[in-house]
Amino acid sequence: MSHEGRLLRAAVLAAVALGLIAPIAAGLWQTGRAAFGVLPALGRDAVSLGPWQDLAGLPGFATSLRLTLVTGLGATLLSLLLATGFCAAVHARMTRIAGARMLTPFLAIPHAAMAVGLAFVLAPSGWIARMIAPLAGWERPPDIAIVNDGWGLALMVGLMVKEVPFLLLVILSALSQIPVARHMAAGRALGYGRGIVWIKIIMPQVWPLIRLPVWVVLAYALSVVDMAIILGPSNPPTLAVALTRWFFDPDPLMILPASAGAILQAGIVAGGVALLLMLEAAGRRLGRWWLRRGGRGLSAEPGLWAASAAVMVLMAAGALAMVSLAVWSLAWRWSFPQILPQSWSLKPWTGAQGGWMRALGNTALLAGATAGLSLALAIAWLEGEDRARRARAPWAEALIYLPLLIPQIGFLYGLNVGFLRIGLPSGIWAVIWAQTLFVFPYVMIALSDPWRALDARMIRAAAALGAGPGRRLWTVKLPVLLRPILTAAAIGVAVSVAQYLPTLFMGAGRVATLTTEAVTLSSGSDRRVTGVYATLQAGLPFAAYLAAFLIPALVHRNRRALAGGGA
Amino acid sequence: MSLDLDALCIRPATGAALFRPLTLHVPPGEVVTVMGPSGVGKSTLLDAIGGHLAHGFRASGRVRLNGRDVTGLPAEARRIGLMFQDALLFPHLSVGDNLAFGLPPGLRGRANRRAAVEAALAQAGLAGLYARDPATLSGGQRARAALMRTLLAEPAALLLDEPFSNLDAGLRQEMRDFTFGHVTARGVPALMVTHDPEDAAAAGGPVVALKGYCPP
Repeated sequence: MSHEGRLLRAAVLAAVALGLIAPIAAGLWQTGRAAFGVLPALGRDAVSLGPWQDLAGLPGFATSLRLTLVTGLGATLLSLLLATGFCAAVHARMTRIAGARMLTPFLAIPHAAMAVGLAFVLAPSGWIARMIAPLAGWERPPDIAIVNDGWGLALMVGLMVKEVPFLLLVILSALSQIPVARHMAAGRALGYGRGIVWIKIIMPQVWPLIRLPVWVVLAYALSVVDMAIILGPSNPPTLAVALTRWFFDPDPLMILPASAGAILQAGIVAGGVALLLMLEAAGRRLGRWWLRRGGRGLSAEPGLWAASAAVMVLMAAGALAMVSLAVWSLAWRWSFPQILPQSWSLKPWTGAQGGWMRALGNTALLAGATAGLSLALAIAWLEGEDRARRARAPWAEALIYLPLLIPQIGFLYGLNVGFLRIGLPSGIWAVIWAQTLFVFPYVMIALSDPWRALDARMIRAAAALGAGPGRRLWTVKLPVLLRPILTAAAIGVAVSVAQYLPTLFMGAGRVATLTTEAVTLSSGSDRRVTGVYATLQAGLPFAAYLAAFLIPALVHRNRRALAGGGA
Repeated sequence: MSLDLDALCIRPATGAALFRPLTLHVPPGEVVTVMGPSGVGKSTLLDAIGGHLAHGFRASGRVRLNGRDVTGLPAEARRIGLMFQDALLFPHLSVGDNLAFGLPPGLRGRANRRAAVEAALAQAGLAGLYARDPATLSGGQRARAALMRTLLAEPAALLLDEPFSNLDAGLRQEMRDFTFGHVTARGVPALMVTHDPEDAAAAGGPVVALKGYCPP
């Protein structure tokens, strides 16, 4: 191991530990102290269980808890079931690259924008109701609460529209590492139906490869705030939304029960992951017993096709939602049973120009800074591994996933307190840094596989030609990896644009982004202006993905080996 | 120029040495062939000589080039060329730029460097293909371009890792003649690992059998 490699690795490790992990620990610590009554800023310094009793006594607490568990666990398990069924049914007919292309818009669009669009589509006066209206003879919107319903069904649909495509991508890329076609042929030759081979042979191989992403989806679904504000029940809301309200309550003492709730939220996620682990263990035992019985089983085909149909319906709703954003932002007169606006106008765009330009500027600045920072750190990390010529240790992999598994609300308040205590101002810099906590893991995960897939012998050939580590990085690795690097950057942009809570907490409400504005506006009545913000919010990641597709195509236009797709 | 291995031995971080300590002398212009069962560590041996050993392996013994000990040097400072069964041309560079990548920085002037590359291309029967995308070359053209890239770096020794095993039969004989011809003409010591006895016969040099330790 060269001296330079050691230095680089030490620097990257220090940056990740001090910049990303230590603040999360410090934030959790501060929140934890407040959860047990210690809040020196308000003159509280005696440890007590008071905050927990207060939390349990807050109106709607029990309902919030139930809503969180039902929507979070329900949406995750259903998404997993549907995504698995869909992959089983269509895998042979879809390549990974084609699948990735189709899924990209669903992955790129921020949760809040998708939620706004779905609200437009699902609402009693939304597109679906307008399509049914002529058949049902409705002259005015039906009087039922579909969006913000008390059971959280709209929220679950919203989560599934976003999470199913993510899980599909994850499963498809796991499948590309498994000889599915040969195992399928072997299984069917032994008399098992396609669906049964999938359950008994393929899924047990897929699960270890997708376990961590599924945990991330579960953690997200249990603690989502922006989507839950827009689609979820409003009174009482899910726990994470209630906590956000309490943290920003005019009465500062509400911070105490809110902190207790934040720790509870972290506990819920931990419990959810533990539940998945238990299900996995039980599934393994049960599965082995089932497998050894050797039953060829009934055909699972109908189940697979039902799952595929459900996925198609979800994707159609998502696509409709995306289109509805743009349509609403250009609509002027649009009365109820009409499918399309009676008159169009640019007024929603020109009227709120000052507002959205400022939010767009902030959002683009944050996205560029966080994606750039994360990319630099990820490349430094991967290059450090190369120079040490060693694979990633499991603890390092866990370190990368950590920020995605701990609910944001669990440590953001503490982080903000810590920031103020050190004397650092809240504002755009604090937001850049807090967003990087969540952008870096995704950029790192997206770049790791393509980086490792680079033929090591090619880098050795460069070394044998006399190229030192710096030249190998800048003139061979980075140009060859241009496409995955830009794709990782686009993913970073999408993640940054979607951030809601970090912007809210670390910007102290003063940094307005497209996401914070869209969430605020979504509760208002003017769908046109909301449409403008949500359209821009979705447009920024789309633009980043488009650039990540076009730039390599242009740069490598005469290089056939690099021209192939692959998102 | 000569390449000397002095009791070279490789062991994983935990476990026994891969093969018995190897002592070898490769005189200039000669090709020494190393053969042995698969899994015995032939490619790892080349990694150790070239300075590419992965983390977790430790080498003992010495590697000398013209009497100079290079054991402690990083790969890029050893001046030991490397050829694989795949050409591994850099996919983002044109054929000519691939060759220019290997050209020593000491050769000054754009025109001079260009001329050196063009001459090498002509030698390999690739005249006029400077700007071509390497992905559009035929297998034989690619293999010749890769050899030229390696030779332009003026290596003090050459390591060949099953260099002909990916070529079809007709091309294989042609590439053997081309490669060994250049080795002899330039007086570079070369070490080749291969499965194919015909490679060894065509190389004409001594053949060393790499012996693993028998399991106890």
